[in-house]
Amino acid sequence: MPRSNTTIGWLMAAPLTAVLAAFLVLPIIMIVIVSFWGATEFSIYPAFEFDNYRFLFGSAVTWQVFGTTFRYALITWALTLGIGFTVAYFLAFHVRTLTMQITLALICTVPFWTSNIIRMISWVPFLGRNGIANQSLLSMGIIDQPLEWLLFSDFSVLLTFVHINTFFMIVPILNTMLRIDKSLVEAARDGGASGLQILTNVIIPLTKPGIMIGTIFVLTLVMGDFVTVRFMSGSQSANVGRLISNDVGLLQYPSAAATSVVLLCTVLIIVAGLLRLVDIRKEL
Amino acid sequence: MSKPRISYTRRSLLKGAATFTAASTLGAPMIWAQDIKDVTLRQFGTGVSNLNDVAVKVKEDLGFTLEMTALDSDAVTQRAATQPESFDIADIEYWICKKVWPTGNLQAMDTSKIKLFDKISPVFTTGKLTPESVVAQGTAPSTVGFISEPGSTEFAKEVTGWMTLIPTIYNADTLGIRPDLIGRPIESWAELLNPEFKGKASILDISSIGIMDMAMVCEAMGEIKYADKGNMTTEEIDKTIAIFTEAKKAGQFRAFWKSFDESVNLMASGEVVIQSMWSPAITAVKAQGIPCVYQPLKEGYRSWGGGLGLSAKLEGIALDAAYEYINWYISGWVGGYLMRQGYYSAVPETSKEFMDANEWGYWYEGKAATADIVSPTGQKLAGAGDTRDGGSYMDRMGAVACWNSVMDENQYMVRKWNEFIAA
Repeated sequence: MPRSNTTIGWLMAAPLTAVLAAFLVLPIIMIVIVSFWGATEFSIYPAFEFDNYRFLFGSAVTWQVFGTTFRYALITWALTLGIGFTVAYFLAFHVRTLTMQITLALICTVPFWTSNIIRMISWVPFLGRNGIANQSLLSMGIIDQPLEWLLFSDFSVLLTFVHINTFFMIVPILNTMLRIDKSLVEAARDGGASGLQILTNVIIPLTKPGIMIGTIFVLTLVMGDFVTVRFMSGSQSANVGRLISNDVGLLQYPSAAATSVVLLCTVLIIVAGLLRLVDIRKEL
Repeated sequence: MSKPRISYTRRSLLKGAATFTAASTLGAPMIWAQDIKDVTLRQFGTGVSNLNDVAVKVKEDLGFTLEMTALDSDAVTQRAATQPESFDIADIEYWICKKVWPTGNLQAMDTSKIKLFDKISPVFTTGKLTPESVVAQGTAPSTVGFISEPGSTEFAKEVTGWMTLIPTIYNADTLGIRPDLIGRPIESWAELLNPEFKGKASILDISSIGIMDMAMVCEAMGEIKYADKGNMTTEEIDKTIAIFTEAKKAGQFRAFWKSFDESVNLMASGEVVIQSMWSPAITAVKAQGIPCVYQPLKEGYRSWGGGLGLSAKLEGIALDAAYEYINWYISGWVGGYLMRQGYYSAVPETSKEFMDANEWGYWYEGKAATADIVSPTGQKLAGAGDTRDGGSYMDRMGAVACWNSVMDENQYMVRKWNEFIAA
């Protein structure tokens, strides 16, 4: 009875569709609509004007801020990928028992027992001019002046981004690695492949879906962030998220909405590009 | 209700509760004919003066209920301008008054109904603390404090019988410094950009106040002469931001702060030795046993002030209650409470009865304390022999160079400010 199967299929999908429509699609449509509205100093009014976008694309700051956002995202991506891949590789291929693998993977989640903000802020006293890092280096005689660039700099922003986001890279990569059939690695070794060749010809191609999912997580998290950048740069640098939060603070909702739309489109284009590289559905 | 077997349904209970609530908040004046004790006044404002202790004391002294809502200053402005039905009393800053008054959502106060009107500090009436003083730049309270007749949306240039806001809290702000880490006297706003403090300076990242601090610095350096720091032209804004952008790129600033706590941490940890600061933040640093001075500077202070405004919708018994509240507010108890936190009140003399001689001498007269100075919450703020930074009321309020304000070119300024942060 194909007809009733279709009906059942639709019915089963309906609740999720309704939830997504109400809480995801509708708000986004609202944001798009508001981005064409106008604003006075203390109110917003319905209109259809392109002023918000005109100002956004006409300002050098926008380009600069988008540049910074991409820079943070790219560097964080490269570092989290490097660390995440290494950790996952260790867990999947060097740790022998399943119990140990699970234990170690759970240890990776320990930092998530506190809030994001606390993990971030706790770097401040550590990296400060009179912080633990500088004190230790001074007492070991490695430096004779406190290092100023440790805190309130691009360094501290990136350090925190990597710290907070590496886990999102570890989990999907580990997940795909654990599904790799060990006999493939053995076959490669029997065929005379070196360790490096096994890595590049067997493991990396088979881990691609995990890398892609991790990449999407990290890129979207970093590009949408504003708190990390504000606190760790001491408010001295800006990314797109801060631009939006500044506008919201000054009650310029239409302008904030326009910036959000542009950011959303940028991220969607990147994700669409990534998905073209790997067919996640097929690989999973 | 006295029956032993209780059998109301949930619906009937809810109904009863609803009727009861309605009677206690709305119906009361109709039923008990003009009894002021049943009035509820809804006040909203910024956190600084929305003190729960005040609401409790109002109930005790005057009998009616004061409901307080604390919002940030942007939200306060928006609400005062767009939702006149949502409040009876607006606790707003004078620069917000300048923005909001033209909307007609507030009504002027008849000064003949304000008993202590003659005693209100001249800062808020003529604008001149002493007859020789000059009215400071920016949105000085005296320039937006009066209108010529009820209903007018234009401010009067002189004292009239109709007042827009009754002043509540005000203070004079300056730079905070760490004297132990600087080790020499600091006398000018220009020191904020002195290369000596490279990587150890900070400014607040709140555009409307930050731009004023910047202007104080640029003028002190002799780089720019402003016609009115509180209302800059676009060229003046460009020049000011350019000077600070250059300093930022040269690494002058350690960080910018946006919240009170951030300013305390920057100073207490020694990351910063000179920065824009607010008075209670200095107190918080000192409370940790770290030396910190609210440094008086020769160019003067940047001052701010708030006041109570009456909603245009307020009438009848509620309006009478509001006048009673205002008269009570300036009669001394609140003033004493505020002055012990380092703020000033509209009629300083009335606060004297509510403070001891030591407190009055320290906070108002600028005399050395004869015993420990304690905050309203019980923290020790100063010991015997200490004097207040900047001295007496006359010394501090007499040296105000400009008031917090809103510029005609506000939106332009905000955009430039964002560029500065992103630079």
